[in-house]
Amino acid sequence: MQNAHAMNPPGDAPASRLKDGPGPGSREAAALDATWSDPPGLLGWLAAVNHKSIARRFIATTFFFFLAGGLLALVMRLQLARPGSKLVGPDLYNQLFTMHGSTMMFLFAVPVMQAVAVYLVPLMLGTRSIAFPRLNAFAYWIFLFGGVMLYVVFVLGAGPDVGWFSYVPLAGPDYSPGKRADFWAQMITFTELSALLEAIVVITTVFKLRAPGMTLNRIPLFVWAMLVTAFMVLFAMPSVMLASTMLIMDRLVGSHFFNPAEGGDVVLWQHLFWFFGHPEVYLIFLPGLGFLSAIIPTFARRPIFGYTAMVLSLIATAFLAFGLWVHHMFAVNLPELGKSFFTAASMLIAIPSAVQIFCWLATLWSGKLDFKTPLLFVLGFFFILVLGGMTGIMLASVPLDLQVHDSYFVVAHLHYVLIGGAVFPLFGAFYYWYPKITGRLMSERLGRWNFWLFFTGFNVAFFPMHLLGLKGMPRRVYTYQAGLGWDTMNMVATIGALTIAAAVLLFIVNAVRSLRHGAPAGANPWGAGTLEWATESPPPPCNFHAIPVVHGREPLWEPPRTEADGARPAFTHVGGLAADTRELLATTVLDARPDLRVNFPDPTIWPFVSAVAVTALFIGSIFTPWAVVWGSIPIAIALTAWFWPQRAETSVHLSLERKPWQ
Amino acid sequence: MAMTRRELDVSGLPSYAFGHRSLMWWGTFGLIAIEGTLFALAIGSYLYLRSQSDAWPIGAPPPQLLWGTVNTLILLASTWPNHKAKRAAEACDLLRTRRWLMTGLAFSVAFLVVRGFEFGALHTRWDSNAYGSIVWMLLGLHTVHLLTDTYDTAVLGVLLFTGPMEGQRFADVSENALYWYFVVFSWLPIYAVVYGVPRLQ
Repeated sequence: MQNAHAMNPPGDAPASRLKDGPGPGSREAAALDATWSDPPGLLGWLAAVNHKSIARRFIATTFFFFLAGGLLALVMRLQLARPGSKLVGPDLYNQLFTMHGSTMMFLFAVPVMQAVAVYLVPLMLGTRSIAFPRLNAFAYWIFLFGGVMLYVVFVLGAGPDVGWFSYVPLAGPDYSPGKRADFWAQMITFTELSALLEAIVVITTVFKLRAPGMTLNRIPLFVWAMLVTAFMVLFAMPSVMLASTMLIMDRLVGSHFFNPAEGGDVVLWQHLFWFFGHPEVYLIFLPGLGFLSAIIPTFARRPIFGYTAMVLSLIATAFLAFGLWVHHMFAVNLPELGKSFFTAASMLIAIPSAVQIFCWLATLWSGKLDFKTPLLFVLGFFFILVLGGMTGIMLASVPLDLQVHDSYFVVAHLHYVLIGGAVFPLFGAFYYWYPKITGRLMSERLGRWNFWLFFTGFNVAFFPMHLLGLKGMPRRVYTYQAGLGWDTMNMVATIGALTIAAAVLLFIVNAVRSLRHGAPAGANPWGAGTLEWATESPPPPCNFHAIPVVHGREPLWEPPRTEADGARPAFTHVGGLAADTRELLATTVLDARPDLRVNFPDPTIWPFVSAVAVTALFIGSIFTPWAVVWGSIPIAIALTAWFWPQRAETSVHLSLERKPWQ
Repeated sequence: MAMTRRELDVSGLPSYAFGHRSLMWWGTFGLIAIEGTLFALAIGSYLYLRSQSDAWPIGAPPPQLLWGTVNTLILLASTWPNHKAKRAAEACDLLRTRRWLMTGLAFSVAFLVVRGFEFGALHTRWDSNAYGSIVWMLLGLHTVHLLTDTYDTAVLGVLLFTGPMEGQRFADVSENALYWYFVVFSWLPIYAVVYGVPRLQ
C-alpha cells in the first residue's frame, strides 16, 4: 500500500511554524494580519478573497442598485403625480417598472442580506474566514456582472419591459420579439447562481466554523436567520432558474414549454415563478427578523426572550413559505379546493410571525430601552409590518384578492411588507454595524432625522395606494384620466416618494460624513453581547488574533469564570493554529467541539477570470446557442486553474498535515 | 484575584477528514440539494405538462427503451468502482485510489457515448412540441451533470498522477464519489419518467 506521503517532498515531518497568539501587538498577531490580508495592487484587488473585502464590495454594489431602483421608482411617481402626464411614454414606463421590480428583488433585497451575512456571520461565529472564500469571491463577481449587464442594456434603450415576473406569453417570442426578455432571463441566472453559491458558503460556515463552545443553541439569532434563509435559497432559487432557462430556450431554440399551440402551458411559468417568488419574500424578510433579534437585545439591555421559540418560528416560517405560492395565482383558473388550501396556509404563517413579534415585545417590555437610531428603525418596523401583515391576511382571502387583483392595493401591501419587513430593519442594521465596518459611529442627530423622514415619507407614499386600489386604480399603467378620484392621492403619494428620497439622501450624507468625522467607535460601542463586538472595529484581516471559546449565547455578557469564585477554570481562547499560513479551526456540527485544522486557499485571480468566462458564455448565448458549447471551454480552463494546487502552497500544507487517525 | 487564563491547544488536530467532518462534504451536500431540487422541479414540470395534454407523448411513439436501459445498467454498475475509489481514498491508499478513480472515469465516458445514442432514440426533437422540449430538457440536465462530473473526475485523476499531492486530495476523491452517487440515483426517477410515463395508459 502506498500512502499519502509517497509523493511528498523528503523530510516532510511537521515543521515548527509560528502559532497564533493571545492578543494584538505580538509577533504572532502581526503574522496573522499579514497572512489574512488581501494582496496589494490592482491584481491583488481582483484576487481578494477576504470575506470582509468581498462583503464591503457586495454591500456597496447592492446599495448602488438600491439607489438606481429607487431613482426609477421616483421617475414613475413623478409621471403619475398628475393625470395625463407626458414625462415618460408607455414604452419607457414599462421598462421602468420592470427594471425597478427586477432591481429591488434580484439586485438588492436578497443580495444585500447575503452581503451583510458574508461580513457578519464569520465574526459572529468567532472564526477567521467564511467557508470557501474563493467561491464567495466568484459569487460576488457573477452578481456584479449580471447586474451591470442589465443596466447597460437599459441605458442602451433595450431594457426588459415585461415586468419583474416576466409572465408568458407576454415575455415569450411572439409578444416580446428582440432581446429584452432574454437579457432579463440571463440576469436571473447570474443573480440566482450567486445567491445559491452564497447559500452553500453560509451553511458550511455556520455548521463547521463556529468557535469552540458555540453549540447549536448558542448561535446568534441573526446567524440562525441567515442559516434558515440559506436553506430556503437552496430549495427556492432552482425553480426560477429552471423557469428562466425554459423561457430563454423558447425564445432562442424554438422549444415549446409555454406555447399552448404545441402542448405547452403558460400557467406552468406562474407555478415555477411563484414557487420561487413567494419564498423570495421570506428570503428578504427572515434576515430582517435576524437584524431585529440582534438590535433589540442590545438596546433593551437584556437577552432575547424566548430564544428557542424564536428559532423554531424561523424554521416554521421557512417551511410554510413554500406552501403559499398559489396565493399569487388566485385569479388563475385553478381548482377551488387548492385555493382553499393556500388560503389556509397563507393565514397559518401569521402564527410563527406573531410568536416572534411577541418575543421581541416581551424583550422590549422587560428591558431598559436605549432609544438610539437602530432601535427607532426597529420600532418603525413594528408599525409598518403589522399593517402590511394585516393586508396580507386580507389578500389571502380569495374573494378580496379577486376584487383588488392587479390594483394599487397590492402595490401598497407588498411595499408595506417588503420595506417594513426588510428595509427598515436593514437601515437599523446599517446604523448598528456601521462602526464595526468603519471604526466610527454615524451621527445620531442625522440618524433621527433620517428615520423620521423615511417613516413619514413611506406612509405618505404608500398608505394612499391602499385607497387608490380600493377605488380601482390598476397597477402598471403609465397614466390615467383626470376626474376618476385618483388625482389627489397620486400627488400625495409622489410627495411621499420625494420625502423618502430626501431621507435616503440624508442617510448617504451621514454615512459618507461619518467615515471621517464620526466618533471613534472602539470594539463595542453599544455594549452588545455577541462575538463580532469582541474584536477591534474595523476587525483585523484575521478577524480575531485569538479565537475565543464560547460559554453562553451572549459571550460578552457572560460573567468571567474563575477558580476563585468556585467555577471550573474555563478556556478563554484557542491556541495552536498556524499564524503564518491560512489555517482555520473547524468544529463539530452539533456541539462545536474542535475537530480539524483546515488549510484555506490563498487569494487568486481565477474566481474573477471564471466569472468573466461565465459572463461571456451567458451573454453570448443570448445571440447563439453555440456560445454554450464554445463558452464552456474557457470556463473549464479557468475552473481548472482555480482548483489546481500551487506547489509552494502545497508544501506549506504538507508541513502542517496530520492524518485523520493520527 | 486575576482570572485564570487557559488556552485550548488545537495543534494536534488532524488537517483533513472525510464525510460530514469535511467542509467539502457540506459544499457537495449543498450542490446536491440544489440540483436535486432542480431535477424534482423538472420532473414536476413534465408531469404537469402531461396532465394538461390530451395525448402523451405528443405526436410521437414512446422513446426506444434499449439505450436508456443500457445506460441505466452502466450507471448502476459505475457505483462499484466509485465505492472502491471512495474506500481507497478514505484509507489514503494512493495506488488503489488512482486505479478505481480511472475505472469510474471509464464508466462515465462509456455512459456519455451511449447517451448520444439515447438522444437519437427519443423519437422527438426539442422543438417538435412541449413533450419533446421537456424530454430533451430532462435528459439535457442530467447530461450536463454527467459532463461536469466526468471532467471533474478527469482533473482529479490527473492530479493524483502528477501531484502535488496532499491528504486533502483524498477527501476530494471521497466527495467526488458522493456526488457521483447523486448523479446515478437522480437518474433513476428521470429514467422512470422519460421511459415509463409515455407507456402508461
